[in-house]
Amino acid sequence: MNQFIISGSPHVHGPESTRRIMLDVIIALTPALLVALYFFGWYALRLTVISVAACVLTEWLIQKYLLKVPTTVGDLSAVVTGILLAFNVPANLPVWMIIVGAVVSIGIAKMSFGGLGHNPFNPALVGRVFLLVSFPTAMTTWPQVSPIFEKGFFADAITGPTPLGLLKESAGNIDKMEVLDMLIGNRGGAFGEMCAIALIIGGIYLIARRVIDVWTPLVIFATVFAFTGICNLIDPATYIAPVYHIFYGGLILGAFFMATDMVTSPMTTCGKCIFAFGIGVITVVIRLWGAYPEGVSFAILIMNALVPLINRGFRPKRFGSKK
Amino acid sequence: MNPVKTFRLGGVHPEENKLSSGQPIRDFEIPKQVIIPLGQCLGAPSEPIVAKGDKVKVGQLIATAKGFISANVHSSVSGTVAKIDDVMDHTGYRKPAIFIDVEGDEWLEGIDTTDTLIKDITLTSEEIVERVKQHGIVGLGGATFPTYVKLMIPKDKKADYVIINAAECEPYLTCDNRLLIEKPMEFLVGVKVLMKAVNAPKGVIGIEYNKIDVARRLDEIVSGDSYFSGIEVQPLKTKYPQGGEKQLIQAVTGREVPSGKLPIETGCVVVNVASTFAVYEAVQKNKPLVYRIVTVTGKSVKNPSNFRVRIGTPANLLIEAAGGLPEDTANLINGGPMMGKSVSVMTFPTVKGTSGILMLNTRDAQPRKVGNCIRCGKCMKACPMGLEPYLLKRLSETNNFEEAEKHNIMDCIECGSCEFTCPANIPLADYVRFGKSKTGQIIRSRNQK
Repeated sequence: MNQFIISGSPHVHGPESTRRIMLDVIIALTPALLVALYFFGWYALRLTVISVAACVLTEWLIQKYLLKVPTTVGDLSAVVTGILLAFNVPANLPVWMIIVGAVVSIGIAKMSFGGLGHNPFNPALVGRVFLLVSFPTAMTTWPQVSPIFEKGFFADAITGPTPLGLLKESAGNIDKMEVLDMLIGNRGGAFGEMCAIALIIGGIYLIARRVIDVWTPLVIFATVFAFTGICNLIDPATYIAPVYHIFYGGLILGAFFMATDMVTSPMTTCGKCIFAFGIGVITVVIRLWGAYPEGVSFAILIMNALVPLINRGFRPKRFGSKK
Repeated sequence: MNPVKTFRLGGVHPEENKLSSGQPIRDFEIPKQVIIPLGQCLGAPSEPIVAKGDKVKVGQLIATAKGFISANVHSSVSGTVAKIDDVMDHTGYRKPAIFIDVEGDEWLEGIDTTDTLIKDITLTSEEIVERVKQHGIVGLGGATFPTYVKLMIPKDKKADYVIINAAECEPYLTCDNRLLIEKPMEFLVGVKVLMKAVNAPKGVIGIEYNKIDVARRLDEIVSGDSYFSGIEVQPLKTKYPQGGEKQLIQAVTGREVPSGKLPIETGCVVVNVASTFAVYEAVQKNKPLVYRIVTVTGKSVKNPSNFRVRIGTPANLLIEAAGGLPEDTANLINGGPMMGKSVSVMTFPTVKGTSGILMLNTRDAQPRKVGNCIRCGKCMKACPMGLEPYLLKRLSETNNFEEAEKHNIMDCIECGSCEFTCPANIPLADYVRFGKSKTGQIIRSRNQK
């Protein structure tokens, strides 16, 4: 006698899975990682591997010994957090600091809220901001790029400021960069945020795979461009041209990979646009008038906090609601 | 032919797996005994009017409708009533059914069993509706709503369109497709009969693009014969749930059935292909609903087939005829994979709503590990009714039915697109169905006060 499974319809399932989504994000981050390896060699590799390992291990330990539940590290979300955390720090950050960051990301920002899906804030950004306020010097000492072909894979890096850091002191401080350098990321900064082309390729992949919506990054770029553009028109001596605001700092990384985090962003397209607009405005305000040279992380975290409200305010259009 | 249209919101595209689309309809051998359940339509079960030992003929009324939403049941064979007893039917419950031992194949007098096409529609609108009611015709797509109820247009309403649901958007099923290929003339006369019944000037056949060759063929016939004037063939995008009543109306006419209202509100009457053919036979040939086309299929099934089956034929005979139950069958389904119902026994009797008998293999049917909701919003994007399945699931789970009602849980058409697409494999449709039934109870008891 056969025993059939009795289940409610539908009896078949589509190809989507959480693991597949996370895998797509990892694939999309790979080009940027390869560029980072090219510029920072051993440092970038070491930080990424340790960050990922620390994130996965933290999640596993908490689930195994604290919560005593089956582990979910197989869904790869901790791997994504690990990569993003590493991408947001200077390549020469001491190893123990990135481990602290990983424990904060997973332990505090994710697991204490109930794990994947329940965290109100992007875990990698919480980790990054925690490190920034705890170890401000280490987190803002940026190694200069040194392609591995010139100095070797294990070369020590010379440190220097980021373009946005220089800008904070004075707009006149900065040499206008060549477009090509901006695109390939030949500048100081957190090692995952630099190469615009690699990040854009990853972003397009995610859009094509329908993991992310095109609207979030688009509205962020448009808002930042328009806002800084207006400032630049009013006072070009103080405020640089908007294109630099797009390419300097972590805007591209944030717009494609962190503002689009499904868990911590609104669900409807309309909500996503409001969310993205907020991120754009707050980023520019912090960059131009705040204490920090860079504001993308703070902007995303602040807007994360508004997501439940945005979700309430913007609902999908019901069928049969139009008269 | 018109350009391809589709519905506006949501939808998914499951693997089509129309394995049996090339298999001609074969008359299935009349079994030694048929088991005809009394509850075969959406509404109240019928009342038997025969007793043990009675002789019956094919097409003879054996159980009458009880109430407005109910349908007559006819004997599908000739022979002797063996007993009236409970049987484990397609719903998974033991329910009463009439068991008939087959003797020969003698039809009731007055039923035209020939293949002659009768184009002249001599009955009036009222007579057609009455005939459809008497002959026990229900929605054969699977929902089994009594067809005559749809054809009774309220006094203050007017039907502009009869829309034929030929989308067959359920994966695997091919019964409607085969019927359109093999009996196009009878089907099209059926459309004319329906148009006359509701006095509608237009008949539109909505058909998914994966059956475009059939659509072209129907279009040729319709445009080549002035008898069929008023009928149009409308190709639709291959997308699930294209055959959902509200989705189909919206795709074809652009009109949206308002929340909580019936399709006639938009001037549309939607009837399925198999039902249309049954209406033709009932009205033009005086033949009650005693058989239907059943697709017997599955990826591991040896010979996926389309059979013309007498109602009440035990499913296990059909499965054997298609090559036997495959070793790796995990889930046996009455209907299609998206909206069909799991059954626990192979011997369940074929009913009016059995569009298919599907054997899903272990790989496709294995329950998946349920994860946390990652708030990706895919369920919302897939919902053809513009609802928020993740939210309705949460509200149903916490028994918050007042809030669920405010978020239009009663609009859910239970198509399962949300659950199909959920990356965390959350059984959204199960929760929402539960919440919907509870909310429905609350609404009904409130209305009674």
